[in-house]
Amino acid sequence: MSAVQTSSPTPDGMRRRGPLTEVFFSLLRSRTFLVGFAIVLFWVACALFGEHFAPYDPLADDIINALAPPSSEHWFGTDQIGRDVFSRVIVGSRDILTVAPLATLLATVAGTALGLVTGYFRGLVDDVVSRILEAFMAIPVVIVALLAIVALGTSKTTVIVVIGLSFAPIIARTVRSAVLAERELDYVAAAQLRHESALHTMFVEILPNVIPPILVETTVRLGYAIFAVATLSFMGFGIQPPSPDWGLSISNNYGMIGGGFWWTVLFDALAIASLVIGVNLAADGVHGALND
Amino acid sequence: MTSSAKAENALELTDLSVAYRVTGRNRAVLRNLSLTIGQGEAYGLVGESGCGKSTVALTVVRYLPRNGSITGGAISLDGQNVMKLDAEALRRARAESVSMVYQDPGKALNPSIRVGRQLTEIFELGGVSGQAATDRAIAMLNRVRISDPVSVMQRYPHQLSGGMQQRVAIAMALANDPSMLILDEPTTGLDATVEAEVLDLIAQLRQELSASILFISHNLAVVSNMCDRVGVLYAGMLVEEGPTEVVFNDPRHPYTVALLRCLPRGGQRKDQGRLDTIPGFLPGIGADIKGCAFADRCALADDRCRSELPPLYDLGGRLSRCFHHDKAQALPRATPSDVAPVPKPAAAPVLRVAGLNKTYASHGHALRAVKDVSLDLRPGETLGLVGESGSGKTTFARLLLGLVPPDEGGTIELEGKALAPRLENRSDDQIKAMQIVFQNPDSALNRSHSIRHLIGRALKRLAGLSGKALEARLNDLVHSVRLTDRHLAVKPRQLSGGLKQRVAIARAFAGDPRIVVCDEPTSALDVSVQAAILNLLADLQSKEDVSYIFISHDLAVVRYLSDKIAVLYLGRIMELGPSEDVFSGPHHPYTEALLSAVPKLDQTETARIRLDGEIPSATNPPSGCVFHTRCPRKIGPICEQQEPPLSEAQAGHSIRCHIPYAELARLQKAVVAEPA
Repeated sequence: MSAVQTSSPTPDGMRRRGPLTEVFFSLLRSRTFLVGFAIVLFWVACALFGEHFAPYDPLADDIINALAPPSSEHWFGTDQIGRDVFSRVIVGSRDILTVAPLATLLATVAGTALGLVTGYFRGLVDDVVSRILEAFMAIPVVIVALLAIVALGTSKTTVIVVIGLSFAPIIARTVRSAVLAERELDYVAAAQLRHESALHTMFVEILPNVIPPILVETTVRLGYAIFAVATLSFMGFGIQPPSPDWGLSISNNYGMIGGGFWWTVLFDALAIASLVIGVNLAADGVHGALND
Repeated sequence: MTSSAKAENALELTDLSVAYRVTGRNRAVLRNLSLTIGQGEAYGLVGESGCGKSTVALTVVRYLPRNGSITGGAISLDGQNVMKLDAEALRRARAESVSMVYQDPGKALNPSIRVGRQLTEIFELGGVSGQAATDRAIAMLNRVRISDPVSVMQRYPHQLSGGMQQRVAIAMALANDPSMLILDEPTTGLDATVEAEVLDLIAQLRQELSASILFISHNLAVVSNMCDRVGVLYAGMLVEEGPTEVVFNDPRHPYTVALLRCLPRGGQRKDQGRLDTIPGFLPGIGADIKGCAFADRCALADDRCRSELPPLYDLGGRLSRCFHHDKAQALPRATPSDVAPVPKPAAAPVLRVAGLNKTYASHGHALRAVKDVSLDLRPGETLGLVGESGSGKTTFARLLLGLVPPDEGGTIELEGKALAPRLENRSDDQIKAMQIVFQNPDSALNRSHSIRHLIGRALKRLAGLSGKALEARLNDLVHSVRLTDRHLAVKPRQLSGGLKQRVAIARAFAGDPRIVVCDEPTSALDVSVQAAILNLLADLQSKEDVSYIFISHDLAVVRYLSDKIAVLYLGRIMELGPSEDVFSGPHHPYTEALLSAVPKLDQTETARIRLDGEIPSATNPPSGCVFHTRCPRKIGPICEQQEPPLSEAQAGHSIRCHIPYAELARLQKAVVAEPA
């Protein structure tokens, strides 16, 4: 059943609302998006202002109270050196929420440029670049990360660059297919009939029209990036102790689950899970709103 | 199938109101619509897009989209109250007594299931299975005049031509012997020749079957040929109804009068006067309408029309919802008909094409999309390109523009200078001299840019303007295509189809072009909007002395605008000559068939020439004359062996046919004289 147009022409033959306004309203109506967005917003608030409302200093140790189970004093218990797990979970969102979005941004910018070039020029350029990107995608992120970190040393920048570049080909692929479809439309021919440069046609004519799929792909990738950042810090790359970080915390404490100290791991794991779920719900909502 | 005695009427709609819920508000689409269709009757529903035609079709079987609801009234199908049916009974009614055929057969058929399976499935639902179902499917395909049903049943929908697909869709619709057949624009996407075939088929089936037909179309001529009675819908209301011939020959509602005047008829040409138009726009869905819905656009409207809803006056077997039904035909013209005659000095051609070829490689075969085309075009002249889809019209246009490079050897000369085959190698002056108005403005206008940007950019690049000069020229241009300043800030999406096409025209005219290619510029538009666009193109031409290459499948439209016609078939020019000569004949047998296929509003059809089969594949064109496989006037082996030359039969009028001109004249005169 074809959807009935949502905005009707007014008596002078013009429609009032722009497309973006409609997407915005449709996002507000999407429960999926609102729930996801609320979760993400919560963690963003923790990252920005966590220090102010965390009950304890996340770095302050308290050996006497080490490994205390959850109680009214320490809601999520304490870790091996008595640091408050609740405070560490709250403040621990800070690094992951800077590194993952920056990595995604890098992936989006690089992927969009590559996708525009391959989709616009097609032919030999497309064949060569696409094969290289496919080869790149075949290597697991972790291996690339290991090599890069060995070569460049551990730092947040390395993590951002590694994750950003490994995700770029995936975004490039999505953008390329959208560009291939746009390229067939007559406005591209009209641009050629004005002798517009390739750069103008790609970035001024085509790019604005492929923003919706890029937006969806970016939000989806953000979920994966969060996961990848957590994985890398679990493996000991990226954020270094004693900074509170979820992946790092799990890595430091998971040996103790056997001893019954589950709270040192569970809440960090839940935090990662909830953030990924929140981002994915929001991504679903964006996808739904753009494809309505 | 219901075995009970048939009700008096196949379909009765009483005071039916339907609304769509959009952004939280119910918006009325159908307003107290009442109509009846008798048993075995064919009822035509006409009106412009957005007036609720398709909603009627969907409502009959309660098949509205999720946001649609019936807000009042009753539907009675063969005596059965559709509103009261539960889910199961409704399913049975949809399966057994009503069938629908939609506009696009390619979308109505499942692309991944063989045609035979899709057909037998219907019989299986009715309890017939195995060989019996297959036999019935074959019988059904025979009924829709498919000559080799067994092989067609083995194929997938995409392996069939558009016309064949629509036949299969009709066969599926008829499989259950429905009492009511709803045809929603069944021929709109098809070529005129195929449309004629499908309409013939429907007309024949009407003789054989008892089904009543609800025929929905925007094409008045099609409805006039197919239906006993016709209803004119406007803003979800019935404004006029009556026997088809009476309504079209003696309309009693200003809307019907205006709609009929928008059509170029009886061979009307641009130098004989402008087409009439309907000012203003259709009220949006859900608009609050106080008086007559048409009052805002009607020159006859007075205060009463604007404040009080006119009743449906019964004028003896016909209805009109107009206070002034007695003087509806005195509706003043919205557009003055007069045109200043433009003397045409015989000038040197602005465009000269010689020996143009285009060959594509298709799976290792050569596909000759355009073969050996030569013609020229003078300033201020319009060349009409006609032919079925696949005849190479659009490819030819793209070759001229340089969007596709032609094969080596041919030449294109613009104002005496040879044009480079590729667009990149043409000078800025050359590209601005030749521009195009595309068929689909949604594709041609970048949806991310504002109208100001779209036209402004063209002025900057093509006219080399900037700053104040650009602003001034932008204003001129916008006004010359009759847009207003209010339209400049918005995006294309916010404009109606006709306004978008005006933007596209403004853009094409930005660099003072010598030639504008118009590729089906009005085929996506309603007739009233089409008339306005055709008038605009004619006005711009007489003002700017620009030449057009006008591509259209609508021969009346081509005839209105063109001075010269080229008829293309499989990439070859079959006939080339002054518009009047090509239309009045004697003409090439292919042109004759094309003209005969056009449904005519006045039902004065004299000759029926139908082309069998489809346009052959361009990878493997027939030997000799490429048209011989379908030619109704084939004279013998010479047609299969030798390709006839394009020879000049009269001054300026060339025909590619073995039959001598005098003989063509005699044959075609004979047909006209014969009673149909």
